[in-house]
Amino acid sequence: MFYIGLFITYIFISNIVLTQFLGLCPFIGVSKSSESAIGMGMAVTFVMALASIITYLVYHFLLVPLNLTYLQTLSFILVIASLVQFVEMVIQKNSPSLYQALGIFLPLITTNCAVLGIALINITEGYTFMQSFTAGIASGIGFTLAIVLMSNIREQLDMAPVRKSFKGVPIAFISGGLMALAFMAFDKALLANLLG
Amino acid sequence: MNILFAFIIIGSLGLLLGLGLSVAAKKFAVQKDVVAEEILEILPGANCGACGFPGCAGYADALSKGTTENGLCSPGGAQTVEDIASILGIAAGEAQEKMVAFVHCTGHAAVSKRDFHYEGLDSCSAAHLLFKGEASCKYGCHHLGSCIDVCPVDAIHRNELGNIVVDPEACIGCKKCTLVCPTNVIKMIPYRGSHAVACNNHDKGGVVRKICEVGCIACNICAKKFPESGCVVEDFLSHCDYSKPDTQIAEAAAACPTKCIVEAH
Repeated sequence: MFYIGLFITYIFISNIVLTQFLGLCPFIGVSKSSESAIGMGMAVTFVMALASIITYLVYHFLLVPLNLTYLQTLSFILVIASLVQFVEMVIQKNSPSLYQALGIFLPLITTNCAVLGIALINITEGYTFMQSFTAGIASGIGFTLAIVLMSNIREQLDMAPVRKSFKGVPIAFISGGLMALAFMAFDKALLANLLG
Repeated sequence: MNILFAFIIIGSLGLLLGLGLSVAAKKFAVQKDVVAEEILEILPGANCGACGFPGCAGYADALSKGTTENGLCSPGGAQTVEDIASILGIAAGEAQEKMVAFVHCTGHAAVSKRDFHYEGLDSCSAAHLLFKGEASCKYGCHHLGSCIDVCPVDAIHRNELGNIVVDPEACIGCKKCTLVCPTNVIKMIPYRGSHAVACNNHDKGGVVRKICEVGCIACNICAKKFPESGCVVEDFLSHCDYSKPDTQIAEAAAACPTKCIVEAH
């Protein structure tokens, strides 16, 4: 039951983009077409799940025993950057077609603060290994949901009569803000009702 | 002491990850096609798609595998074809003749009639959906410039009269503008052609006269009086047949009553 709650929490209630405002760069930058948005969403989900596991291990088996927990941000960035590089190499070797499809998005994830964000949230919330992994996957799905919704809105916006001064990124940010307002309907009370 | 400890831990963590990555880079090294990379360097890199492949990399790949033929790159011209042939070790063969886009219409708003005033999306295909555009002539240019937007080399621009014109020197012959044009008024002509008939209207002469001052009225003067001009009148529209001699084309252009035979460059 707790895991279902985690899923609902990180997909809807504290959606990484729309509630915590992390990962806004790809949210605006890669949401011009739904095709690339889905690609980016899947890549981020994959990296988030892996990063959650590895940062958990680094934190609990390296930093905590050595009393160096204040180095968590630095070491997490180090780990995530190398992880993304490694994932890129493996995908390029084993699945060139997927590599072509993801293209520039893969290395871009290195600088995606949402990945670092969920790693740090896992620590502050004190999650166990499985809980961290679940939170990582759920946040990735939440990110995918937000960016895919956004890309569909932006595809419609391209045909809409938008004032010149609002065209492009400004109207995208306004739409994103309205989406975030809509996501406020998902709150802790809803979760309590759902799970009893 | 604490600082030193932190320094060592982060340093060794970074070193470990770096070593791991360099080992992985060796292990997962992807063999790249040397020939394809060499060809890719020669290709113009415009990624225009004129060859029918997704970008220059796609064409270079296919060339190195031998699944396609040399000479499909129109922006590169003869020099590129020769260079590629020398890399592949095959005879150069003949490069395709350089073709450039030409807008077969000079009917800007001052010289041609309008049925109504179009106000809407700044896109030719959107304007075309509404009674095939605001101009009375349904064959001509909408003058909204969707072709300007798709041109990868900025060869298309609007002149002071409001007509859309293609710069034949800059045009690389990728045909993107001909695909985006809803009236097909942009057609490819050989670069060597000095003149072109700037009209696309297949209506009878009387109809054309009423709606446009610069349209072809199919009077046959160019074809009959100047047999060496290369002009052919078909379906109430004159056009230049570039496979024929065109020694008299300048005189035919001067004699054209609506002056719709214009210099191509």
